[in-house]
Order: sequence, then structure tokens, then C-alpha cells
Amino acid sequence: MLKQIEGSRAVAETVAMCRPQVICAYPITPQTHIVETLGVMVKKGELNAEFLNVESEFAAMSVAIGAEAAGARAYTATASQGLLYMSEAVYNAAGLGLPIVMTIANRAIGAPINIWNDHSDAMSQRDAGWIQLYAETNQEAADLHIQAFRIAEELSNPVMVCMDGFVLTHASERVDIPAQSQVDAFLPPYEPRQVLDPGDPVSIGAMVGPEAFTEVRYLAFERMRRALEVIPAVEADFGAQFGRGSGGLVKQYRTDDADLIVVALGSVLGTVKDAIDELRDDGVQAGALTITTFRPFPVQAVRDALGDDDRLRRLVVLERSLAPGAGGVVTADLRTALATGDGGPRDAIISTVIAGLGGRPVTRRSLRRMLTRAARGELPEFSFLDLDRHLVEGELTRIRAARRSGPSAENILRALARRS
Amino acid sequence: MFQVRFHGRGGQGVVTAAELLASAAFREDRYAQAFPSFGSERMGAPVMSFCRIDDKPIRTREPVTAPDALLIQDPTLLHQAGLLDGLRPDGYVLVNSSRGVDDIGLAEFAARHRGHLLTVPATNLALANLGRPLPGAPMLGGLAALTRTEQTVSLDALLAAITERFGDRPRVAAGNSAAARAAFDFVTGELDELKAMTHHA
Amino acid sequence: MPSQRIKFYQTGSFAAGNRLLPADLRSVQSSATRSNTLTCGHRACQGCGEALGARYALDAVMRATKGKLIAVNATGCLEVFSTPFPETSWQIAWLHSLFGNAPAVATGVAAALKATGRGDIRVVGQGGDGGTVDIGMACLSGMFERNDDVLYICYDNQAYMNTGVQRSGATPPAARTATTPAEGPEPGNTFGQGKNVPLIAMAHEIPYVATATVADLRDLEYKATRAMDFHGARYLHILVPCPLGWGSSPADTIKVARLAVESALFPVFEAEAGEVVSATPIRRQVPVTDYLRLQARYAHLFRPEERTDVIARIQASADRNVSRFHLSPEGR
Repeated sequence: MLKQIEGSRAVAETVAMCRPQVICAYPITPQTHIVETLGVMVKKGELNAEFLNVESEFAAMSVAIGAEAAGARAYTATASQGLLYMSEAVYNAAGLGLPIVMTIANRAIGAPINIWNDHSDAMSQRDAGWIQLYAETNQEAADLHIQAFRIAEELSNPVMVCMDGFVLTHASERVDIPAQSQVDAFLPPYEPRQVLDPGDPVSIGAMVGPEAFTEVRYLAFERMRRALEVIPAVEADFGAQFGRGSGGLVKQYRTDDADLIVVALGSVLGTVKDAIDELRDDGVQAGALTITTFRPFPVQAVRDALGDDDRLRRLVVLERSLAPGAGGVVTADLRTALATGDGGPRDAIISTVIAGLGGRPVTRRSLRRMLTRAARGELPEFSFLDLDRHLVEGELTRIRAARRSGPSAENILRALARRS
Repeated sequence: MFQVRFHGRGGQGVVTAAELLASAAFREDRYAQAFPSFGSERMGAPVMSFCRIDDKPIRTREPVTAPDALLIQDPTLLHQAGLLDGLRPDGYVLVNSSRGVDDIGLAEFAARHRGHLLTVPATNLALANLGRPLPGAPMLGGLAALTRTEQTVSLDALLAAITERFGDRPRVAAGNSAAARAAFDFVTGELDELKAMTHHA
Repeated sequence: MPSQRIKFYQTGSFAAGNRLLPADLRSVQSSATRSNTLTCGHRACQGCGEALGARYALDAVMRATKGKLIAVNATGCLEVFSTPFPETSWQIAWLHSLFGNAPAVATGVAAALKATGRGDIRVVGQGGDGGTVDIGMACLSGMFERNDDVLYICYDNQAYMNTGVQRSGATPPAARTATTPAEGPEPGNTFGQGKNVPLIAMAHEIPYVATATVADLRDLEYKATRAMDFHGARYLHILVPCPLGWGSSPADTIKVARLAVESALFPVFEAEAGEVVSATPIRRQVPVTDYLRLQARYAHLFRPEERTDVIARIQASADRNVSRFHLSPEGR
């Protein structure tokens, strides 16, 4: 049923229809509305699940681990600092092969503390062994949760569904919320591969030494490899049953005849597509590649999407996070994907643009300006979109002038305040 | 696409107003997107929210920088620099005030945007109909009237959205609806008066 | 005439394996059909108090629950010596996740059992003092606060033994550990530190809190069984001497535990909803030195010279326990 609904609420209603049996979460901006909505549904008896108010995110993931190991479908949600706080348990869940589904309401990681949207939180866990899916719209955010439970349980691997904090979670837009019967037909009850059962006892969580650790980890690697097959299959099945495209590995927008392609994840692609259309009107053959599945990194799908011919000359990777000391995060995986194997453009010039950190809006105007420069070959290999150089120079000058230069963040904020 | 930017203070229902407008547009089979400015959301702090309405899917996610209409729910915000930034040349401004445009320092602006900048005593209408100083619904009623030539949203759709939103609290729904209707009538009356004056000028 | 030593066994004795008692007075351990929840073949040190405590406690819980039990274990000695890949000593459904989250994981298991209609299966969360008192305290407190239906058992050997005998929040004053060396004017662990987790548990007013040691099998079995009479959060704190970490003889494990009780350094009691309901009186209090002398972790209190000042402070804390928990033979 079509609804005009807040993203968080759409996700909560959809997750509820996935019949989670244990919901455990700790509040953190901007995920709060999701869990609150689920809590109300449970309290009202609309959703039959155990709802636990846990004392930390670490506890939340731990409760989910215990619940899944005991054979129940478990769900939690977090962001930013909370994801970091549960990091040990995040790795533990993946290592144990427990199909937990978690929403990440993407938010920047401090210091400096920042409650607004970027991808640094999910990116910090990219090697934890979780499948990572990024939603472009609230429709996709809702749909991805349904697919996530199925993908997770089929593979016995946890999945995090990433949706941009505030930008998606707090935006009200049109979403088609499926019917319970549709979800039931698509998502069968959880059948665990391993379960704590007094009638058939097993020990789960043994210590594994050098003689076998590599092999156990190889299986995690193999699960991710299989995910590259399972994810498109689930996407196709979803499309057949729900009648719309959602999920999958990558999506293309006007890339067929493009000589400049923007690569990005998440909601920024909406604004990017508007910018692409404007550039096309200006005669720039631009296109966009959406990476929906970031882990496993869809190497072949990316190569296939970017084409084989020489037409593609430039790739601009729009990054929503920064790897200090290294540069871009997505860029690294993209470069690896393109540097090896068959197909894909080997000679395309790749530029990394760090954009929208800590919730700075990525505007169509800035994108146009940046992409026009890219088309003209004037974009450096690495740059920050909309960086206020004056502000930065001011602080660097201060740092060079005195040892006790003070806390940088506060200095910059003061300089900014003085300006206005 | 029609883009609205709401200005208010935390606690005045600026986010709810944007969502109600989006709901109303949705009822008329249009696409709508509403979201807050995500500033520090403590009570009393200046906040913004945005609403876009279009007949095709809305893809962009950036804040509204080129509004077609500005709804200013708290006139004390008028002194803020850049409040009216980006407004399209013949855009609309609706200010919550029981005083006229001249008395709130917008005489010049009003002269240049005749028929497009009005004040509406939204808080008073809310107090009278709802018993609480929440100007959101009447501001929307005013907007519906002010922008009727652009057919942003009909009063009926707005009232239906209000009823649905406050479905579990019938008195609140009724109060907001009445305030919205009163504001609609008020603005309609103001515009008719202006038109009459123009004809006689 | 040559004499022959004749050993007498009284039928009323409470020796562990005594099967001459009426059935209802026999210990769980005396039963040939006991679960042996933690069965043989594990890699615990000779004389390990924790291996003993875990077997005693869980066999009792298994009898009380008729085998319907799932255990969640924190990282630590017990987990490490019981599950050396590819073997496991556990004969029950058992889960190990992390060091600091055993209470939360146990909560999750209990929630899942409830959600899937298997609420008849009970849950035990267990760990050493490190995983309980320090890194697991937040999760433990959360579990208590929510009154989740879990019995949490802490096997307290008073230091991080698995990693090489480092000090924990349960390490007693003056005890030597790798991180509280016997050096300087105040050798060993600092006075004035340490957490009393049974009291913390009581402050949460959970249904049942009890302390026990491996020296009194029947008391331990009784408490583990009693705990299963309740639903909601329950806490059992068991003193388990560690010959390696305490520097005591492996043959003395039970003796040392008994002396801990008889010196009043380890009060044995039960509490319900935050109030002490029973305490095991000490028939004849022994001086703390009887206990301390058996452990090399206190050797610096006796050599090169006897630190009567430190010993006096330890004695004072023992005496305080007597009055605080009403441990004198006359009771309250």
C-alpha cells in the first residue's frame, strides 16, 4: 500500500512484517524512530516479538547473537558511535555465522562529535564480514530489509542495511509498504544452520588455533563469494514478487554512452542523477553507477556496468567517508576491481571526491561545477567537495604559530561564528 | 516542482507542518518529499524544514535553496540574515504575525512582491481553534490560499491530511482543521482585498 | 599383635559421594546418572577450583531443570580449557561469544526461547571474575536491571587467570598478581579497591543472590538448585581457588576454600530481593593467617618479615564480615 511516510517508520513497518522474534536496540540518533516504532508495535500487540531495551549497543549485538544462536530471528539498529561500541560483537556475529539483520542509520563518527550523515560508520566495519547493502531511497531501504533477512538466513551471514541518517530516516516520502502476505510468501520462517538445543547439544564458539583458523576464515570468504550469487537472485525474486526493482549489486543510470561516470553509494545518488541530467543537457555525456552492495564488493558487476569500450574516459568516485592517510574508501576497491581481470575500462582516469562529510549537503550546483571540471580534465585526483580553504588555512596558521594552539574543532567553529 | 521552506523555532511544529503538506500533496496523487534541517533540535532554537511537491518522482535530497514559497512561523526570525535567500523572484512568503507586513519591516519587500507576501495571525488562530499556540496547520491553510494559482495543494486535501495525522486525537484534529480553514479564509480575504485595491488603483 | 587400621564410614556423613544416605539427602555428584555437564578430558590445571565449581553447579542445575538447559560462557579459563578445538567437554548446548557480553548473550538466548515458545528451557550465563566484575559489569547490571530470566554464575578465582594472573576488580587487598606485584611499601593489590558483586547484585533487588565455595558441595548444590526455583535474574558467586594463580598446592584447593569461609574472608549467604535471608555461621573463626599462609600470592606478608600491619587490616576486614553478615555462631 502506497503511503506518504517517514523513512524510519517505513523501515519499522517493513521489519515488523519480517516477523523478527527478538528486537534489541539501544537508542542513538538518528535511528531512534525505527526502534521506537517497533517498540510501540510490540507493546500494542501488533507485533509478536520480545523487545529488549538493552543498556548499550554492545549489549544489543550480544543479545542478538544469543537470540540467533538459540534459533530466533533477531534484529537491531544503530549508527556511528554505537556501531563502533558494538564492533567486537559485530565481528563475533559474522565469525559465528549468525544471520542477524541490522539497520545502520549512517552517521559520521567523532571526534568531533557529529550527528549528521556520512558513511564513516558502516565503512569502519567493512572488513567485519557483514554483507553491506546501501539504500538509495526510502522505498529501497524498506525493501532491502525484506531481502536482507532472506540473504542473511540463506547464507548464514549477517547483513547490515545502510540508510543515510536524517536524509532518509527523517525524510517523509512515498513508499509502497507491502502486505504481510507478500512478505510471508517471500520470507520463510528462520531455519537455523546451528542452534542451541538441549535435545541435540552442540558447543558454539570454540577457540580455534593455527591449525584450523585459516580454514574457518576461508569459509567466511566463501560465504561472501556466494553472496555475489545470492544477492542478485534475491533481487530478481523480489522484483518478480513485489513488482519493482530494489537491491541487487549495482545500478546504472545513463551509463551506456557515458564518457564520465559518477560512482557513489546511498541517497546522494538522487541529487547526482539530477546533476547528471543537467550535464547531459549541457552536452556532457555523464552517467552514474550506484553501488548497492558494497560488501561483498561486486567486482564483476562493476566491470560489466562500466563497459568494455574506450568511450569511458573518466570516473568520479563520490565518497561519503574519508580514510585518513589513504584517501578514498570506495576508490580503493574500485581501482582494484578495474585493475585486474577481464573487461572494464582500464584507462579511465579516476578522481576521488570526498563529499558530504558530517552531513554537509551535497548540492546539485556543487556537483555540476565539480563534474564540469572533471569533464574538462580539471579535477585533481583527490579533492574535497566544497572545502572552505580559508577556514582550514586559518587553523593551520594558528597551529604553526604556537604550540598551545588549542582544540582545532573549537577554533574552527569560533572562526566560522565570527564570520557570520 | 514546487519547493517550500519552513522557518520556525524548535517546538513550533515546523517538521510536522512540512510533513502535513507532503501528506496533502500525496492525497492528490502527487509526489512529495518533506524533511527537517537537522539542526540542534532544542526547544526554541531556529529550525528549518523543507517540502518539495512534484508530479514526478523527486530524486534530489539537498536542502531547499531556491524556494518557491517561504513559511515563516516565527516573526522573530525575520532579523536573521539570509532568511529570504534563494526565493524565486515571484515567490511567496507567508509570515505568522497579527501585524501587517509594514509593521514587521517588510513593507518594501511586500511592495515588490504584491500579492505574494502576506502575514497571517496563525498563532492567534491556533489558540482560538486549538487552544495551543501551534501555528503549523493555519500556516498551511494560508499557504494553500496564497498559492492557489499554482495549485500546490487544495484545502480539502490539507484538511484530510490533518484529520489522518491526528486521527487518534479527534479534538486536536478538529482544532487544527478549523484553524487551517480559518487561515485559508483569512488569506483568501486578504488577497481579494488586494485585488480589489489593485483594480481601483 | 599387629594392629590394622580400620576405616570407619558413618552412614550419616556428608562425604561427597555418600550413597548410604536417604535419596533426598544425597548429593547430585553421588549419582551415577548425574549429567557430568562438564565431562572429563578438559585441559584445566591440576586442582582447578573452577572446573570443580562449574561441574558441581551445572550438574545441580541440570538435575533441577531435568536437562533443559542452555549455557552461555564468557571468555576465560573455563571456556578455554573446556573447548580446545576440535574437542568440547560440554555435554549441553553451550555458546561462547565474547569476554564482556555473556550476560547479554544469555539474555538473548532467554528472549529467543520465550519468543519461540520454548520457555521451559532455562538459561545459565557464566564466567570468571574478570568477565563478570570488570568487563562484563555493564551487561551484568543491564541483565539484573531488566530482571531477565537468567542465572548468572561467577566463578571467582580473584584475578585474570587465563591471561597470566593479572589483577581484576575481584582481587583481594595485598594479593600479588602480575599487575599488582609484591613490591614497594604496599606490596600486592591496593587496599580500598575491589567490587563486592553479590552486594551489587543485591542492590538491583533481583530475586535471588547467593555465595558459595567448592569446599561445601552440598551448600553449592543447594544454592544452584534453589536458584532455579526462581524466574528472573539470579546471581551465584562461587569462590574457586586457583592453585596456579594463588600459588597454593593443587591438593589444597578445597581446603583453601574452606579456610576462606572459616576465616570470614568469604561470607557465605543467600539474599532474596535485596535482603539477606540466610548466612552460614562460622562455628570457629580461624585467623586469616591460616588461610593466607597456604598461598604464595600472600608470601610477601610473611617473608622476609611478617607484615603484621597488613595482616591486621586483612583480619579487620574479615571481622567486619562477621558482624556485617552475622556469621558468628549465635547468628543475628
